[in-house]
Amino acid sequence: MKAKVTVMLKSGVLDPQGEAVRHALGALGFDGVDGVRQGKLIELDLADGTTQADVTAMCEKLLANTVIESYTIEM
Amino acid sequence: MKAAVLVFPGSNCDRDLAVAFRAAGFDTTMVWHKETDLPSGIDLVGVPGGFSYGDYLRCGAIAARSPIAGALKAHGDRGGFVFAPCNGFQILTEAGMLPGALLRNAGLKYICETSALRVEETESAFTQGYDRGQVIDIPIAHHEGNYTADAETIARLNGENRVAFRYVATPNGATDGIAGILSDNRRVLGMMPHPERASDPLHGGTDGAALFRGVAQALVSA
Repeated sequence: MKAKVTVMLKSGVLDPQGEAVRHALGALGFDGVDGVRQGKLIELDLADGTTQADVTAMCEKLLANTVIESYTIEM
Repeated sequence: MKAAVLVFPGSNCDRDLAVAFRAAGFDTTMVWHKETDLPSGIDLVGVPGGFSYGDYLRCGAIAARSPIAGALKAHGDRGGFVFAPCNGFQILTEAGMLPGALLRNAGLKYICETSALRVEETESAFTQGYDRGQVIDIPIAHHEGNYTADAETIARLNGENRVAFRYVATPNGATDGIAGILSDNRRVLGMMPHPERASDPLHGGTDGAALFRGVAQALVSA
């Protein structure tokens, strides 16, 4: 079984990389991009029986730094 | 006086830190990250700069969960001294030993330059050798030194005089110009600049040496 974890900087935490991408899109003539936030997608290949709670523990302990990041789990 | 310097794959300031510790009088041992214990009788642990584990996932994230991390936390919990420059600071925030986090520099560039720091707080072993308000020249070399924490944490750090150093001109976007912070017992110091690279006349400056002498002095007079 697979799980996908998306890790994003929390709203309110400045994302200078996202800002740089937004500027670059504007420079390429893509108007109307009001904001860009850049995050990470982590794919996990898991043994059968792994629960959502297990993946949540993985996120809390390692995959996300909850001081600055939030995460969502798809499985 | 005994010190240990932790060594992770990708550490690159471990030997610089050991040289600075030894110059201040510490009998210094290097400790590989796969160890689960520190040698007995260690007074000071150095968590060095570099790119531990290639900065994979987040800077310091993997090192903060490596086998030696438990012994590092236990050392901090029993009131031992910990000095953590640059990647070391990132490791300590990831390990929860210091509050906040280090984000990508606001200008998105790796910055390598000599930085003027104002000594904000002299009530700690690390900073007692300086005068409050003194400006010292210490090198920085980082891509993720933009210190951030929630407003409550920043207020607490300021209110408890735990900001040890501030940049005179903030190069990386750090909140309130914070360059280095102390733990609540004032025995753990994390900072982005590298005092160990300004501790010998051959480095071009010696403003960092007083920091290491300060810890040595605190141990001698204890």
